[in-house]
Amino acid sequence: MSGKRSGLSRRSFLATGGAIGGAALAGCLTGGGGSGGEETVTLGIIEDRSGNFALNGTPKYNASMLAIEELNEEGGILGNEIETFAPDPQSDNQRYQQLTRQAINEENVDALWAGYSSATRETIRPIIDQNEQLYFYTTQYEGGVCDSYTFCMGATARQQLGSVLPYMVENFGSDIYTIAADYNFGQLSADWVRVLADENDANVIGEEFIPLSVTDFGSTINNIQDADPDFVMALLVGANHTSFWNQRTSAGLDVPMGTSTVMAQGYQHKRLDPPAMANVYGGFNYMEEIPTDRNQEFVDRYYEKFPDAPYINEEAVNNYFSIKMYARAAEAVGSTNQADIIEELETGMDVSAPEGDISLQGPVHHMTHNMRVFRCDENHTITVEDEQLIPEQFLSETVGCNLRENEETTQYVPADYYEEADATQE
Amino acid sequence: MNALNLLFQFADNFAFVVLAAVGLAVIFGMMGVINLGHGEFIMIGAYGTTLSANAGAPLPVAMAIGVLVTAVMGFVLERTIIHRLYDRLFDSMVATWALGLLLTQGMRILFGNSIPQVSTPLGNIAYGEFSYSTYRVLLLPVALLVLGGLYVVFTRTEFGIRARATIQDPDTARALGVDTDRMYTATFVIGSALAGLTGALYAPTLTVVPGMGSSFLVEAFVAVVVGGPSVLLGTTLSGGLLGTIDAVFTNLFGTFYGQIAMLLTAIVVIRVLSDGLTGLVETVRNRVEGE
Repeated sequence: MSGKRSGLSRRSFLATGGAIGGAALAGCLTGGGGSGGEETVTLGIIEDRSGNFALNGTPKYNASMLAIEELNEEGGILGNEIETFAPDPQSDNQRYQQLTRQAINEENVDALWAGYSSATRETIRPIIDQNEQLYFYTTQYEGGVCDSYTFCMGATARQQLGSVLPYMVENFGSDIYTIAADYNFGQLSADWVRVLADENDANVIGEEFIPLSVTDFGSTINNIQDADPDFVMALLVGANHTSFWNQRTSAGLDVPMGTSTVMAQGYQHKRLDPPAMANVYGGFNYMEEIPTDRNQEFVDRYYEKFPDAPYINEEAVNNYFSIKMYARAAEAVGSTNQADIIEELETGMDVSAPEGDISLQGPVHHMTHNMRVFRCDENHTITVEDEQLIPEQFLSETVGCNLRENEETTQYVPADYYEEADATQE
Repeated sequence: MNALNLLFQFADNFAFVVLAAVGLAVIFGMMGVINLGHGEFIMIGAYGTTLSANAGAPLPVAMAIGVLVTAVMGFVLERTIIHRLYDRLFDSMVATWALGLLLTQGMRILFGNSIPQVSTPLGNIAYGEFSYSTYRVLLLPVALLVLGGLYVVFTRTEFGIRARATIQDPDTARALGVDTDRMYTATFVIGSALAGLTGALYAPTLTVVPGMGSSFLVEAFVAVVVGGPSVLLGTTLSGGLLGTIDAVFTNLFGTFYGQIAMLLTAIVVIRVLSDGLTGLVETVRNRVEGE
């Protein structure tokens, strides 16, 4: 820990040439915790550009680089140019662990953005907590992480589903059939569907959990037809599950479907041939198609820098606004001292993001997001059907997490707080 | 349980198991090479098909291109790499696995993380409150045609007899004037073309991405192991057994239990019948003939 937040990065240290004498000097400079001025700011950006999650991770990497470039054009952070430590973790959790350790112990990053899946987050979170490293997790996720060092920038399942599920109940009816990816994110999201169904006087009449390796949905489609729901909540994840959409359209299953996972992350509406995604409704904080001037300006800047990029996903925008948010917190504190910045962020902050004006809920390290219900039609045109600000509620209201007062590194699950979410009670 | 649902699901699963395994089975059964890059060969077939279709080729033509591309790739790889690995089982596994990794990342670098997908043709068969994709059901007769075609090629043609002679006793075959090197190359190309055909057939109904090969690998290997040494009979029998088990358990308990049941079946078959289903057929036949 002695090398942490050293006044000099390794590279500039070598450049000064004082090989041995300098080592002692660097030791003296440590511990200062950064007082501004000649300090280098290093941000760790560990996002997948190859392997299973490359499709989702590459836009996150791109948007991070855009945010950092824009900040550097305006003079960086505290008058210093921002440097990055941005290796490719290759969608491999072991590599994530190794790179996280390297980012903290060798590269002395001032803040870290890393990981797409919840499994990755849970793999590296112990390392982050042990080293008290300021960490931003930006994927929309199942929710419930109450962690003194982790800031969850994506919308939670309660926020995403909480925007689309009531809309679906109001417009299509109250019988819900859930199909969900069979791992922690999908299971917990399905729990939230049950909680929200109960809150909106609807019923979950059927549920199927589908292993991530499944590519054949013939029986799932038959099961949905058998149950005859008013709408389906499709919480499918990954490339294999993307095959569902072509198969359900080909089989003629035309019941409306709500989702918190597809389109905004893996841009299926751009990749699949219409009408594969017809009548799919998603609850997201961002899609590239948001029809506001502010978003259009952001989209233009992104494609100017990355003309060949296929899509800007939800997570990419979360990386973008949270890097800007971090910069503002560092300026407010006047240093890159991580404990000070965390304390500053915990007082809350209003953020002007591409999705709209949103705010950081300091005590729980989550965002109040501008949630929209997006509809995909048979030509794969996206329209906004509904829009509202939705705060994180599970930690702040139900659990009562308050990181300003209590240090914690816990992930809470809905089953401990809601009867409906506890599948074992049925 | 609806009988037609079960029937269509069986057709779907049988076709998937047979088509996933057949290329692997030919190369393993005839040449003793375990091609761990098999899934990526399928991926190449799917890419060839999808890219051709996106360029404007009608789907059947695009599929033919997908098969051709994979066959040519198989030819080049056999001549440059694979032919050095005959009789080196473990080396061939490592080398083909590496080939698979190279192909996956190579396609990612060349064409990005995803390419525009082709939609499934032919609509659906509707019956009562249910419906099933016509295309997926038609894959069953296609799988049967592939098996029938292979049977004819390997038993009724001169090429097939030479190829089998090469497998059974390469030295004698060579002494009798068979160019065994050419036989190996031809067999590997046929195996590659079959993988390409699988990719071509599933391109309109699965998601074509660089990593898609892995979704075939479990079914392919389980089918080959369960099938045992005889290529055609083994693939047919394991397609039948695994397809039935998958369809019944998935239909009754959902996809999760379908997968579990299939893997459990593989464990039981390997434990009880070390030579797979064809080993059992062989034993029964010997016993009947012995009496």
